Amino acid sequence: MSDISQQLVDQIADARDTGGRLAILGHNSKQGFRGQSAGERFSTCDHHGIIDYEPGDLVLTARSGTPLVEIEALLADHGQCLGFEPPRFQPLRFSATDPANLEEPLIQGLGTLGGVVASGVSGPRRPWVGAVRDFVLGVSMVNGLAQRLHFGGQLIKNVAGFDVPRLMSGSMGSLGLMLDISVRVLPIRPVDLTLQLEMSLAAAMKKMIELQRQPLPLSGLVYHQGILSVRLSGTEQGVASAESIIGGDHLVDGAQWWNGLRDHRWDYFLQPEPLWRLSLAAATPLPGFYKADADDDWLIDWGGAQRWYRGDVCSEQLHDYVAEHGGHMSCFRGPMADQELRLGDRNLLPLHQQIKTAFDPPNVFDGSRAKVA
Amino acid sequence: MTIVIGPSVDHADPVQRRRLATELRKLLPDHCVLDQLEQLQPFECDAMTSAREIPLLVVLPETLQQLQAVVRYAHEIGIALIPRGAGTGLSGGATPRPDAVMLVVSKLSRILKIDAENRIAIVEPGVCNLAISEAAAAEGLFYAPDPSSQIASSIGGNVAENSGGVHCVKYGLTTHNIRQIKYLDPTGELITIGGSGLDGAGYDLMAVMTGSEGMLGVIVEVTVNLLPLPESVVLLQAAFPSMEQAGEGVMSIISAGIIPAGLEMMDQTAIEVVENYIHMDLPLDAEAILLIELDGTDAEVEAQLEQVKTQIGEYQAYDLRLARSEQERIQLWSGRKSAFPAMGQVTTDFYIMDATVPRRHLAHALKRIVELSNQYELRVANVFHAGDGNLHPLILYDASIADEVVRTEALADEVLTLCLALGGTLSGEHGLGLEKLDKACDQFSTVELEQFERLKRVFDPDGRLNPGKAIPTPNRCAELGGLHVHEGKIPFPELERL
Repeated sequence: MSDISQQLVDQIADARDTGGRLAILGHNSKQGFRGQSAGERFSTCDHHGIIDYEPGDLVLTARSGTPLVEIEALLADHGQCLGFEPPRFQPLRFSATDPANLEEPLIQGLGTLGGVVASGVSGPRRPWVGAVRDFVLGVSMVNGLAQRLHFGGQLIKNVAGFDVPRLMSGSMGSLGLMLDISVRVLPIRPVDLTLQLEMSLAAAMKKMIELQRQPLPLSGLVYHQGILSVRLSGTEQGVASAESIIGGDHLVDGAQWWNGLRDHRWDYFLQPEPLWRLSLAAATPLPGFYKADADDDWLIDWGGAQRWYRGDVCSEQLHDYVAEHGGHMSCFRGPMADQELRLGDRNLLPLHQQIKTAFDPPNVFDGSRAKVA
Repeated sequence: MTIVIGPSVDHADPVQRRRLATELRKLLPDHCVLDQLEQLQPFECDAMTSAREIPLLVVLPETLQQLQAVVRYAHEIGIALIPRGAGTGLSGGATPRPDAVMLVVSKLSRILKIDAENRIAIVEPGVCNLAISEAAAAEGLFYAPDPSSQIASSIGGNVAENSGGVHCVKYGLTTHNIRQIKYLDPTGELITIGGSGLDGAGYDLMAVMTGSEGMLGVIVEVTVNLLPLPESVVLLQAAFPSMEQAGEGVMSIISAGIIPAGLEMMDQTAIEVVENYIHMDLPLDAEAILLIELDGTDAEVEAQLEQVKTQIGEYQAYDLRLARSEQERIQLWSGRKSAFPAMGQVTTDFYIMDATVPRRHLAHALKRIVELSNQYELRVANVFHAGDGNLHPLILYDASIADEVVRTEALADEVLTLCLALGGTLSGEHGLGLEKLDKACDQFSTVELEQFERLKRVFDPDGRLNPGKAIPTPNRCAELGGLHVHEGKIPFPELERL
């Protein structure tokens, strides 16, 4: 456990004065996500430690380099968790000579709190409890001028000043270095039960909408390889009563199964081809190019609102489909992961550029992984 | 804050007003441009009535095109705009200026779409908060954020203030319950942020816009999330012998893994005042009462109810009262909800505060407020959202006694300082507006305020949107006013406020 914030501030000041470029990295567990970093590697790993945790306040404050596994272990001791189920990726390295083969990954760890917030990636529980940005309550940070700033606090209710803590979420290290972060935590529900129902993709899309319109204790709704998996979380009585409505077969060892999805350890995710992520309203119809015999190209998560695609449809067709329905998409992993994110509105590009400048006037922080178009 | 009492004065330049009215009537119908004193007076303040000013002009566009035309024209001539919804804000975010046009969006009040399959509603900014849930009820859905002003406050203002409410301990604030915003930038350009799904591409501009108090854009359309109506709702009221035990009770419920839909507290002064007003046989010996609302499936609620009773039983909770039917719940809530009018029976004036402290410090903060109350010889009642540490001390005073006004201001200032020292913030749900401009200098450092200012300039380079609110310039610490209620003469007195 160490606080090296002054050292980090000094390094930023040095980069500011010498025209340096810093690429903030934690464990690098999301290597390749949103492309490659450029600039001097600027590690948060030694800025480490849980600063404050009060279970009754549902809040934990930790330094940005604190490993997720350490935070989750402490929370679990008190029957709590990070509700948004942040993924704990292991970086993949595909062999340059034989792209179909995986090389031994360079693993430093399974992610840090700073990396989780900066990437803005949330897991399967997201539609029912909120995304990582919804859990970020406060940050201490350093902007490109090497100024230490504190925004937000330790409470869910806080309307003093612009909401910078949530802006930092998903900004991929381009706006500043987060020193410490306060996040809301949630109680682990007494019972988790996963029910599985066999059906086609089209039928599952309908079923997911139907289930989400009912007041059920849902905490996961995913379709993959012909099976709709429904996770329920609540009291024993609440879950049992919901089960009687939904039916299906019990999944044994559900926790491990959901972790495989959350951490992208399924074979579906471990392929060299581009993995596309589509963010759409849950009931958005499947695209015209969808073919009934290609169900397995898709993995539908978040009850239909997060769709993974791994087929041979060209990216422009996907882009057109997503744009038509007001959503957005990105190449999450694979050869095209460094593509710029397309913003839906042409006015947003200058706004993004100016926000970057507002936080980082000397352009100290690498923005390669926050590219937009 | 400084409490100011008395009629507002018209400081606007009459020639400028006349010229502007003429020009604006070329852009929108005559009746949508208000320039006569008697027409302008109703807009002299929002629900923070202590800060009053006659606006230069008021425009009430009826369509997006008219609204856009006004914003474009204001850009052309370089005049400031103050967006206003229903005017229920409690921190003076919509207080007029004599040099700015007040842009009232309340006529843009159509619910454009209820999409039950995607569980969203697309609404214009002037749609009343409660109207969304009413419209969605036919589909078995509701919009969760429920500020106490929900029968009047509109969604544009809710987004601008990031409104909370009784149920945000479970369901979050406005920022957690919306997915897309369309707004006009200061040049009149229509910009869409967020997405049709659960997130948008790029920086989280939804977060920046929500709670920005009208300083970054004029919100013209909002897509809100809807949730399935819970199958079952119960309300449990419990009395506690001491404030500490009530505070421990709150912590124990949350620590046991239960997130109630609402978790509210009343202290002894509030209990006494409310009991004298509504006569519902409240336990006058209790130092605090908790109201605990649980919702979910029938089975879930029953299981949690038993757990809650066990938890609070360990802290000597007594006089438990349970309400199950809607009628019973309304009855039981009525004590908490009548606190505002009840105060009007025992005092000529009261000042409503809004601040937060971490739950672990609730009992300490409330004890300290009692000490301050004794020290300043002013009664303070507390009726507030204990579940999320959001305090609303009500300072009872008599504005006709100059010394009491001074003591009220000093006491309020000490309470805010106390909350900041305990790790809380200046505002849980009312916003900074005009009310807490000076106090914001205590919470934020100069470099933090400069960072806010640079962010503001990205959206509003000329500083023409709601100037002088929410974010003080680093060298500004002027004394300004607070929500002041004099002899019950507040706008819309029928509204619940806390």
